[in-house]
Amino acid sequence: MSGFRLETGGRIDRSQPVTFSFDGKAYQGFAGDTLASALLANGVMLFGRSFKYHRPRGLVAAGSEEPNALISVHRGPGRFTPNLRATGVEIHNGLKAFSQNRWPSLAMDFGAINDRLGMFFPAGFYNKTFMWPRSFWDRVYEPAIRKMAGLGDAPTAEDPDVYASTYAHCDLLIIGAGPAGIDAALGAMDSNKRIVLIDEQDELGGGALADPALWPWLERSVKALTEATNVTILTRTTAFGFYHDNFIGAVQRLTDHLPNVTDTPREKLWRIRAGEVVLAQGAIERPLVFDGNDTPGVMLSSAARVFANRYGVAVGKALTLMASHDSGWHDVFALAKAGVGISAIIDVRKSVDSALLHAAERLGIKVYLNHGVVGVNGRHNVSSVEICDYSDQRVHRINCDALLMAGGWTPSVHLWSHSKGSLKWRDDLGAYVPDVPNENVRCIGGCFGDWDFGTGAVIDVLPTPKDQSRIKAFVDYQNDVTAKDIKLAVREGFRSIEHIKRYTTNGMATDQGKTSNLNGLQIASSALNKPVPDIGLTSFRPPYTPQTFGALAGHAKGALFQPTRTTNIDSWAQAHGAVFELVAQWRRARYFPKAGEDMHAAVNRECVAVRSSVGIFDASTLGKIEVVGPDAAEFLNRMYTNPWKALEPGRCRYGLLLKEDGFITDDGVSARLAPDRFHLTTTTGGAARVLNMMEDYLQTEWPDLDVWLTSTTEQYAVIALQGPNARKVLEPLVEGIDLSAEAFPHMAIREGTICGIETRLFRVSFTGELGFEINVPTAYGRFIWERLMAQGAQYDITAYGTEAMHVLRAEKGFIIVGQDTDGTVTPFDAGLDWAVGKKKPDFVGKRSMARPDIVAPGRKQLVGLLTDDPNVVLEEGAQIVAYPNQPIPMTMIGHVTSSYWSETLGRSIAMALVAGGHDMMGDTLYIPMPGKTHTAKVSGTVFYDLEGARLHV
Amino acid sequence: MTRFSALSLFTKAFGGHQNWPEQWPDAAPKPAYDAIIVGGGGHGLGAAYYLAKKYGINNVAVLEKGWIGGGNTGRNTTIIRSNYLYDESAHLYDHAVKLWDGLSQELNYNIMYSKRGVMMLAHNVHDVQSLQRHINANRLNGVDNEWLTPEQAKAYCPPLNISPDARHPVLGAALQRRGGTARHDSVAWGYARAAAAMGVDIIQNCAVTGIRRGANGAVEGVETTRGYIASKRVGVSAAGNTSVVMQMAGLDFPLESYPLQALVSEPIKPTFPCVVMSNTVHAYMSQSDKGELVIGAGTDQYVSYSQRGALHIVEHTLAAICEIFPIYRRMRMLRTWGGIVDVTPDRSPILGKTPVKGLYVNCGWGTGGFKATPGAGDLLAYTMAKDEPHSINAPFNLDRFRNGRFIDEAAAAAVAH
Amino acid sequence: MILIHCPYCDEKRPEIEFANAGQAHIARPLDPAGQSDADWEAYLFIRANPRGRHHERWRHVHGCGRFFNAVRDTVTDKFETTYKAGEPRR
Repeated sequence: MSGFRLETGGRIDRSQPVTFSFDGKAYQGFAGDTLASALLANGVMLFGRSFKYHRPRGLVAAGSEEPNALISVHRGPGRFTPNLRATGVEIHNGLKAFSQNRWPSLAMDFGAINDRLGMFFPAGFYNKTFMWPRSFWDRVYEPAIRKMAGLGDAPTAEDPDVYASTYAHCDLLIIGAGPAGIDAALGAMDSNKRIVLIDEQDELGGGALADPALWPWLERSVKALTEATNVTILTRTTAFGFYHDNFIGAVQRLTDHLPNVTDTPREKLWRIRAGEVVLAQGAIERPLVFDGNDTPGVMLSSAARVFANRYGVAVGKALTLMASHDSGWHDVFALAKAGVGISAIIDVRKSVDSALLHAAERLGIKVYLNHGVVGVNGRHNVSSVEICDYSDQRVHRINCDALLMAGGWTPSVHLWSHSKGSLKWRDDLGAYVPDVPNENVRCIGGCFGDWDFGTGAVIDVLPTPKDQSRIKAFVDYQNDVTAKDIKLAVREGFRSIEHIKRYTTNGMATDQGKTSNLNGLQIASSALNKPVPDIGLTSFRPPYTPQTFGALAGHAKGALFQPTRTTNIDSWAQAHGAVFELVAQWRRARYFPKAGEDMHAAVNRECVAVRSSVGIFDASTLGKIEVVGPDAAEFLNRMYTNPWKALEPGRCRYGLLLKEDGFITDDGVSARLAPDRFHLTTTTGGAARVLNMMEDYLQTEWPDLDVWLTSTTEQYAVIALQGPNARKVLEPLVEGIDLSAEAFPHMAIREGTICGIETRLFRVSFTGELGFEINVPTAYGRFIWERLMAQGAQYDITAYGTEAMHVLRAEKGFIIVGQDTDGTVTPFDAGLDWAVGKKKPDFVGKRSMARPDIVAPGRKQLVGLLTDDPNVVLEEGAQIVAYPNQPIPMTMIGHVTSSYWSETLGRSIAMALVAGGHDMMGDTLYIPMPGKTHTAKVSGTVFYDLEGARLHV
Repeated sequence: MTRFSALSLFTKAFGGHQNWPEQWPDAAPKPAYDAIIVGGGGHGLGAAYYLAKKYGINNVAVLEKGWIGGGNTGRNTTIIRSNYLYDESAHLYDHAVKLWDGLSQELNYNIMYSKRGVMMLAHNVHDVQSLQRHINANRLNGVDNEWLTPEQAKAYCPPLNISPDARHPVLGAALQRRGGTARHDSVAWGYARAAAAMGVDIIQNCAVTGIRRGANGAVEGVETTRGYIASKRVGVSAAGNTSVVMQMAGLDFPLESYPLQALVSEPIKPTFPCVVMSNTVHAYMSQSDKGELVIGAGTDQYVSYSQRGALHIVEHTLAAICEIFPIYRRMRMLRTWGGIVDVTPDRSPILGKTPVKGLYVNCGWGTGGFKATPGAGDLLAYTMAKDEPHSINAPFNLDRFRNGRFIDEAAAAAVAH
Repeated sequence: MILIHCPYCDEKRPEIEFANAGQAHIARPLDPAGQSDADWEAYLFIRANPRGRHHERWRHVHGCGRFFNAVRDTVTDKFETTYKAGEPRR
């Protein structure tokens, strides 16, 4: 317990106390505090446990680079968030935070046994063991390893919060509102550019927030920017990814800092397209690597300065600085000025700028040059440090309650790297800086390596007289990667930095190596005796900091995840108790159960009604394309397998569409309305694909054809009226069309009106019965449907759904593309030879049907299957064999594509794709299922009304 | 090769782990080899290992333009399964699954094959039919795969949302219990170490820049950034870069390379026990042994070698994940990455001989190559050693695009009607 | 999300308005029946898949609906140019 609130200073509002809890214990802070600063002010130094060794850990940083202080926040049911950085959580009244990865408590954690055994768990240890005895892996080792996983607890309930998203466009996007970013915004403010200024913190200022001398300037600048109408300021917003063509993803946190839960969006995703991007993300201070550098109380010197100057919190009463860089000295001077006690400055360098020495002397701070920390005492907080005089290797102790590290600076080039800008190594900084841009972007300030912190020495590990193999000098705090792990990786032959990273997991924790990557590189460089640029740099990828799934998913949730397309008649189906199924993007009525009916009973009733009287079916989901122009027939002739040019206006034709590879992709009945006008139909799922395919051929292969294609799927509601009484129901409602069999034969189309509404009336059938498909403008769909229902009441008209439709069409052997075909089926395989124009020299897919394997015997062909036991309904997808008594693996010759109970026929029927099936009529085949092998005889695919008499009444 | 074991780990610990040797030497190229593998991913390293181990060809070089395992081997979601529909695919992938089992012991390198089960979700009647067809075919092929009701699926994977009111409700699932995951990097390293111990040279930072052919057209060797290397047998296992390498031999291939993204969440305590895939909602996920949720995203729509994917792909993927597993909406995406996947017209691989004598190819694995790693390596080695394909990979020849004998798993699952 | 210039609309629009349609300048043979199996295979399936300068087709599917050609570098993903269907290869 050594941190405390300073009497004065900071940007917190001391008039607004805030009460919150950590691990169940109540604390008080002030408005403007983060969880980190408020706990520090209460003397809390222990924030968490590390991933692998469960070592006690405190704060290292004050910002989003913090690797250790990960906590969970509970905000009521479903509002549990693990792995938040305490340095980024703004406190509010009632905040409930908890430490992680410890049991039973943060102070006493049984997992810390791992630390005692740490010598047996070097990097990559898991590759070397847990292999014997072999059976133990599945049963013992792996479950045990998996139990050790993770940091925070997993959420267990659905998040009730909502998330928003938006697009934004600007001329200039500035990311980072420290002094450099603010200067850039001020400089561009007077142009007429649309400017967006983004910062991840709750207020603008960045590094200036820790420098009271800059506050007057900051206040003036923020005022000017806030008042400028062309500047949009987004705080609490993290630009997390830089994508192609200056497209930046950013997430704004809207409610987590508020005391009360609201129903407004928790976070908002901004997708920003910027003319120019200016990256002013600053730089991150590097820790130094030495034994015990993870003891709570050891932190970055810049962080101590932020805590003191921004939050009015001293991290200790007697601070010692371990520096290799001038910046730490300046931090310490600022801390002394703020009233924090400084016990010593240690610098690894033999000499430093005399101005620094004078300043230290003036403040009465003892200075040790050419010294380094070689040990830290204290388990849950620093109590003293061992320092070594490098001139004589003598070690002595300095008492302190916090140790500050100043190891130099790493420019934040993350977004620059996302944009694929190149980097160059600067030996003097020991860091990569931006070089050649790949987008319209530039880096300014700290992230360009441009700063006034002074200079420093670049070192990998602080020299120590101790046995290097016995010390724990951490590089990646969270993942417990030590310098010797990196050296071990190198010793074992891992030479690329990507290998070293993956072998040791250095830089792969939730901070993504913000404080560890460069130190890891330096250590590897020394171990390999190669300059850093020769080892490479692990690539930065989005996100800069972790981002909420919900924010990225946005409003795409539940019904809005993907719109459900419904027809104009859907509301009627809903009101009449339909059970629905999802087909492509559509919702379709599957069956209409009456009280007490299951699907089987309902479908049987619906089928019988169609066969015996009349049924009504919503076919509006069928794809529809209007094909218009002088060359329309020629175009269709080239697209479809069958001939179209001779089709008379007023007549319909079944069209079969192949892909250029010769396999069936779609089908549908289409009508010729006029010499230059066709009404095409496609499958429900194929509409967009077919239109795209036709546009492709029309625009790019045959641009000379004068044809226009228009999707009319949503323009027409389609009602199928099917059954022997269909004409009787329709006749009284239709005007201008002679419905008699002579005047209006099967496969014809007429235009007229129904109930006064203009209609395209098809006489077509997907059931084998006398049938009509009534196309009316979509808005009239339900109106006409209800008129037909009323008119049909005397014939007990029955609404049927897709399931009955499937049975009815299967009884007639009509295929469903995508069910009876699967993308590997040719027209011949499907028994649709009759739909292929024999005399046509070419159509899409024709040439492919002449390829050797397509004309070879033994292809899978569509046949009917009649089970020997008529009550057995085969499973769709069941596999078929010729010989039932084979060992596994069996030779399968096909599978069942469609299978139903046919109430009309009083038995089951099925269709199947069977190798050589067309030549197997009457043969017995076997369908081995678990526990029972069924037998069935091969038949034709038409099971009902073979001669088609019922169609032509 | 120093044998890895708990004992060696224990004894080395007392030496401060100072005495571990290199897992594989960083070899410099020799002037000539009996066989060269182009591409140091899991497949290529596996091929080198099996050439030495099973076919007695030890004088082998693996040429890797970067660092081994740095391509798709290290950039995937580590899913292993073999519940494919067609006999050819089921045999191919099950050959791999059989090799995965016991691979840790064989390589003396724990690759952490975790048989936690792979569950594929059905969201509509068509999905149910398709998965039932898979299950039936798998059963008769001796590949485990079983049907689960929504309740059984939820019992196997508690975070699953099986509400019938969901936009894409779960109607059931197919579960392959032998399916699971493995530690991807370890696979590359384990093969490299075991292969090197048998004399294989692992040569990194060595890009192939040309393929030299003799007067009779046969392969004589490869030009590289580290000089010419002679070999009459060259196997190309270069994933997204296969087209580029094949063009060096004058061969145009039926391949296109697309960016594929994947991502992980921050690590959390164990919450997700298996692998779940949904083709309809376009999502798949597992939890790594470190605790990260590992999530596969889709491919971008255009050919690219940039390894730089688009944000809207990630947005869609996370929306899909949150739809199926709503409890994770507050989880956070930690890291994303991109791979380059090479895709054939039927989305099945090409593994066999090429029209150029002495040149062999293993490519076209699309988004599914990791699971095949040991099988692909073994079969490429067989084909190179015997100069003819094994019966398992014979159907995966180049000729099928000319003849029309596709092995089109994706088309078989196509959505229509 | 890349920006694509539609040569018909003469505007740069975001990628989600467009659908990629594969390699450009692969004309359907005028006489498919006269093609050898190898030639037909090449037309259907063989693709350049270059690492670098790539001719490809796009359709402004959520815009004007037109197919057009583009030259794009597949390593940087940057467009060199886009041009209307039917114009000579660039």
